[in-house]
Amino acid sequence: MLDHLLSLVIFLPILGGVAVLATGGDRQADYARQISLAVAALTFLATLPLYSGYNTGTHSMQFMEDYAWIEAFHVRYRLGIDGISLLLILLTSFSTVLVVISAWRVIDTKVAQYHAAFLIMEGLMIGVFSALDGILFYVFWEAMLVPMFLIIGLWGGPNRVYATVKFFLYTFLGSVLMLVAFIYLYFKAGSFDILAWHDLKLGLNEQILIFFAFFAAFAVKVPMWPVHTWLPDAHVEAPTGGSVILAAIMLKMGAYGYLRFSLPILPDASHELAWLMISLSLIAVIYIGLVALVQDDMKKLIAYSSIAHMGFVTLGFFIFNVQGIEGGIVQMISHGFVSGALFLCVGVMYDRLHSRMIKDYGGVANRMPIFASFMMLFALANAGLPGTSGFVGEFLVILGAFQVNVWYAVAAATTLVFGAAYTLWMYKRVLFGEVANEQVEKLTDATPREIVFLSLLAFVVLLMGLWPFPFLDVMHASVDHLLQQAMTSKL
Amino acid sequence: MKFVIPEIAPALPEIFVFSMACAILVLDLFLSDRLRVISYWFTQLTLLGAALLTFKIMSDAPVHTFSNMFVADRLADLLKLGTYVITFFVFVYSRDYLRDRGMFRGEYYVLGLLGVVGMMIMASASHFLTLYLGLELLSLSLYAMVAFQRDSAVATEAAMKYFVLGAIASGMLLYGMSMLYGVTGNLEIAAVARSIAKMPADNIILIFGLVFVIAGLAFKVGAVPFHMWVPDVYHGAPTSVTLYIGTAPKLAAFALFIRLLVGGLEPLSGSWQSMLVIIALLSMAIGNIIAIAQDNIKRMLAYSSISHMGFFLLGILSAGPNGYGSSLFYILIYAIMSAGSFGMIILLSRAGFEAERLEDFKGLNQRSPWHALFMMLLMLSMAGVPPTAGFYAKLLVIQSVIQANMIPLAVAAVLLAVIGAYYYLRVIKLMYFDDATEHSPIRANWDMQVMIGFNALLLVGILPWIGALMELCRVAIRSLS
Repeated sequence: MLDHLLSLVIFLPILGGVAVLATGGDRQADYARQISLAVAALTFLATLPLYSGYNTGTHSMQFMEDYAWIEAFHVRYRLGIDGISLLLILLTSFSTVLVVISAWRVIDTKVAQYHAAFLIMEGLMIGVFSALDGILFYVFWEAMLVPMFLIIGLWGGPNRVYATVKFFLYTFLGSVLMLVAFIYLYFKAGSFDILAWHDLKLGLNEQILIFFAFFAAFAVKVPMWPVHTWLPDAHVEAPTGGSVILAAIMLKMGAYGYLRFSLPILPDASHELAWLMISLSLIAVIYIGLVALVQDDMKKLIAYSSIAHMGFVTLGFFIFNVQGIEGGIVQMISHGFVSGALFLCVGVMYDRLHSRMIKDYGGVANRMPIFASFMMLFALANAGLPGTSGFVGEFLVILGAFQVNVWYAVAAATTLVFGAAYTLWMYKRVLFGEVANEQVEKLTDATPREIVFLSLLAFVVLLMGLWPFPFLDVMHASVDHLLQQAMTSKL
Repeated sequence: MKFVIPEIAPALPEIFVFSMACAILVLDLFLSDRLRVISYWFTQLTLLGAALLTFKIMSDAPVHTFSNMFVADRLADLLKLGTYVITFFVFVYSRDYLRDRGMFRGEYYVLGLLGVVGMMIMASASHFLTLYLGLELLSLSLYAMVAFQRDSAVATEAAMKYFVLGAIASGMLLYGMSMLYGVTGNLEIAAVARSIAKMPADNIILIFGLVFVIAGLAFKVGAVPFHMWVPDVYHGAPTSVTLYIGTAPKLAAFALFIRLLVGGLEPLSGSWQSMLVIIALLSMAIGNIIAIAQDNIKRMLAYSSISHMGFFLLGILSAGPNGYGSSLFYILIYAIMSAGSFGMIILLSRAGFEAERLEDFKGLNQRSPWHALFMMLLMLSMAGVPPTAGFYAKLLVIQSVIQANMIPLAVAAVLLAVIGAYYYLRVIKLMYFDDATEHSPIRANWDMQVMIGFNALLLVGILPWIGALMELCRVAIRSLS
């Protein structure tokens, strides 16, 4: 069983999703909900042995599986995880449970299809994080677009069709270039084995071209300025669960791509183009931070805040030191929890008032005190308050940036100001003050179901902030190895 | 003069299908309308019998017969088997459609079977004459089938166009072949290849002949700039005939390309490669872009077929066993997807109602989630989105293009595929995101339901065995040399 643990956590949710789909119409909605919760919970439990059985002492891939798949073409079914992918897999299975719980009362049309889409997507996302074969990776990476396309398009807001088509085409366009690069690497290395690509000698010009091909795929997914424009649209129109998965996991896949492909396969191009990546990241941090400040739609604000935070992540990766990369990864995980939590909070209010506009709220704290305290915690974590998970990553990245160039660090540190500004200002306008209108007057506080998922998230956010050791420990060896690869020239 | 009776065993499947077609033609005369379904079952049994015969005569080494005019090799076997299976699906899908429209006659099946014989002969041709014979047998059957709905003006117009343009294309092909004959003094494909190999590659008459051959081939597959007939014929023909034209004959077109260009003119590959690059790029660009503007799904699929033919040519033009193998794989997968897509159109149509407009797919998810799922899989596969089979087909072709060191071409191809994804997504959008304008339940016979479900799910279900299918294609191509 342990030998096939990765396959299990990939295919359990996918098959579970098919089973949920088979429950049929909305008359059996409750079965669909129960089965999906069971599947999501089982999958989460099944990912725990990955953590407990993980050997932190080595950087080599663990829980490996390797079978022939398309022999004519040297494509293999090859899975394995290191410390980085392990954390992302845990994040994925955890978030999916929350998404299922959060949709319990809220989604009441096409329930089976909704849950099936999320479960199938969960399996595919875990597949992305554990694939060690280029084509296998690409299949998971692209296949995931389909359920997300349907989720935004079916359960989204008024402008959902535009947003979802834009989302699909944007990311599809980015990925096909990556596919061409994969095939090129295949002819260079003779296989699609990602680990073999890590050791492949490549000239500088080749590396730069491949870097841009990868960049097209990963930058769109992260998303980095200036190819971020699909994200606010997609987030605003997506249902709450869709936003959570988008922010918590899908964005991380782009960043993961840099770690798994760009840095180790193309170290020289990465150094050569680090100025570009750092500039784009800083633009994201500062410019997008300012853009977030003026949003009057809560979801849009959090979406822009996500772009800014992901700018921090890519900044950390391309300053090439341990603090930077580890900080970037911690920031990825932390942002997964925090942005997911904030989207869920907006979802909680939206379910009651059916508005995402800041001006429609005001004084919510008077009517929903429990909810307000949870949201306070998440807002502060988003702003990077010490003691929350948001602080650890930002601090490490700024620390790393200082070692490279003081001005990078100064520019990056502005996020502490902007982040606090846009998050807390939104919080103030929505939660505090006088009760703005009679609809807010009628609000009721968080239900037990909502308290369950909010406190789960609050627990993790605080845990990461107060005791980050369990998170840093698993990835240490992997990050060291990655850094060593990224610093070794292939020329 | 001594007359040697040729070995007929390798041609048994052809002989069998042809005899059965004649038998069904006679049998049908004695059947009343109520019993017409017997012709249908005999037709399907014929396909089954042909498959068994093909299995029986299958051998590892190529067998030549009829003074080297006919060859039975792995490639021919694979193409024939593909043709039987696809045609079997086509006949299942079209039965009720034909019956509802008063076209359920024995002639449809006889013409269909004769077309199959034509395709089989093309697959097995090793001589310009046999190749041409097969091609004309197929084309003539198709012309008649397009005109099958006698009182439909659109169908008649389409048939007329198809006939005239098809005749011109055949003429071009023949003209090209006659030039090649003039230069080499031979009509047998292998002998032509041998004598061309000894000539300088820039022999002006050879190139002249080659241009005509390529133009004729491009006409037949409907590649830009010889694609004008495709949308009109696809649109005008009764859907069951469009279904027939859009599927199995593509396999025969592959045979045409491989036997002529690779079997006979491979020494000139430098010349035809550059011609095909232009044709392929234009086909992908024009096919994908114009498809966006269509509001009739049959026309949309026609333009989509043009772009798919462009993609298919990419494999051929990479000139190498890998490239040919990838094209073969592509065309097999395409035939399956195309059969499913037109099958879905037929499924949504009823007596007196053609589900031709894109709007007719609106809200299909509300009417019938399973059919919407099937159509979504088909469209995703057409667009080349993983994990559907269409992705692996595109992957293999792109891989062979990159192997031939034409990376800019590969990049152009994938970018055009992204443009193409838009109009496939639009179908999904209509089915899932729009509200249904009508709510009548979808009715169809159980065999149609089962087959279409199988057809669509095959595109995903084939995944674990996709490597084996690729291997089959490679083996088939290897049997050529």
